Amino acid sequence: MMAELAFLFGVTRKLLGGLPLTIELVTLSVATGALLAVAMALARSASRIAAVLVSFYVFVFRGSPLLLQMFFIYYGLGQFAAVRDSFAWPALRDPTFCAILSLALNTAAYTSEILRGGLASVPSGAIEAGRAVGMSRVMLLRRVVLPLAIRQALPAYSNELIAMVKSTSLASIVTLMEVSGIAYALVSETYRAIEVLSCAGAIYLVLIVLLTRGVWLVETWLSPAGSRA
Amino acid sequence: MAVASGEQGVTSGSATEAAKPVVIEAIGVEKKFGANKVLRGVSLAAREGEVVSIVGASGSGKSTLLRCFPLLEIPDAGDVAIAGEVLALVERGGRRLPRDIGQVQRVRSELGFVFQSFNLWPHRTVLGNVVEAPVHVQKRPRAECVAEAEALLEKVGLADKRDAWPAQLSGGQQQRAAIARALAMRPKALLFDEPTSALDPELVGEVLRVIRGLAEEGRTMLIVTHEMSFAAEVSTRAVFLDAGIVGEEGPPEQIFRHPQTDRCRAFVSRHLARG
Repeated sequence: MMAELAFLFGVTRKLLGGLPLTIELVTLSVATGALLAVAMALARSASRIAAVLVSFYVFVFRGSPLLLQMFFIYYGLGQFAAVRDSFAWPALRDPTFCAILSLALNTAAYTSEILRGGLASVPSGAIEAGRAVGMSRVMLLRRVVLPLAIRQALPAYSNELIAMVKSTSLASIVTLMEVSGIAYALVSETYRAIEVLSCAGAIYLVLIVLLTRGVWLVETWLSPAGSRA
Repeated sequence: MAVASGEQGVTSGSATEAAKPVVIEAIGVEKKFGANKVLRGVSLAAREGEVVSIVGASGSGKSTLLRCFPLLEIPDAGDVAIAGEVLALVERGGRRLPRDIGQVQRVRSELGFVFQSFNLWPHRTVLGNVVEAPVHVQKRPRAECVAEAEALLEKVGLADKRDAWPAQLSGGQQQRAAIARALAMRPKALLFDEPTSALDPELVGEVLRVIRGLAEEGRTMLIVTHEMSFAAEVSTRAVFLDAGIVGEEGPPEQIFRHPQTDRCRAFVSRHLARG
């Protein structure tokens, strides 16, 4: 019994060594993806050509597995001499960069759709009132449209964030030793799959509980009492 | 004759009315939506301190006309002018657009527009709604705007709702908050677009009371309304819009009691009979 506990404790400690990388993957890709998504959502409403390009982008990145996208970027791009000779190669040969890039591109596709729903929910009267007091386009966006759209989009976005935390486990297939990567290594080292994977699962659970709690706090902070009727 | 441009303290209906400067003006405004010609050349002006009510059947173009003043709708032909300044429009790619959006934004910030459906910003408190434009558009000091907003909320009877959210208010309270929001811009003129049409009947009175108070202060106002007896009582002049043109215009006694045209007479008798 004591030996068991000691084993689990040891495994968990080793797995936690991968936590900083997991968190780095999530935060960097979510931040980049969110910026891309806002840019795409705005471009979409600005020009028809941009709208077509964005929906094609969403179609590709939402319609294919993230695993393939990651493979494609890490293993696939290097097959082109032009890529290998380009200035981007030092970045594109780095697995961490590739993992963050593919996670970011993927989440941007989903997030832009979530944001589109949020933007569509902004009452036209609120926008018109902003125009009537003389707000510029940028101010209208900053003071009226985005706050309302983001508040509306937040519940759906929290699902996306949770999915992203779990998606980082795919980074292990491009050689990254984040929590899952370490877990696979420990499984082949110890042959005790159930124990190792349970510990890894518990780490993800705790991470997601904390994240859900965080989003909930932001949601209550953004949602005035009585305004969600 | 030079007339100070302060808009308060002017007694409405005084004999010097004609000498006062024109605050807001439409010149030959035309507007069509698709094949539907809503406005077919409307000219209308309000001098300082005038309360002009605009009445007419549904679809006669009243609201469209009102929305043309701050260019929430852009006239297909004709111009609008605020305090003598014409809002410059240019033809581009078969469409008419503001020549200088900065001018339009500045002039909009000098008008107070009150919507039929209130259009308060749901993510800001009542006070937040009132100080939003003075602080962010007019860039006035926040403390000054808050003090002024509190006075305005007091005036419309919402001092105790300062920190409430729009969704917590009744329709009448929301509209009064929206009026306070419009006043906070220190507007040269107030434009009311059917301010009581979206309200339950028992809430109409409280909003009309506030508007009446503003009329008594001598503010320049254009009021599009279906409340005929209210219009007859508060306005210094009334305009009957009929199928996109000014069908009749005159003092309220004329328009509401002794209309000169058949169409206006028919309209008024239909509405007074109902009301």
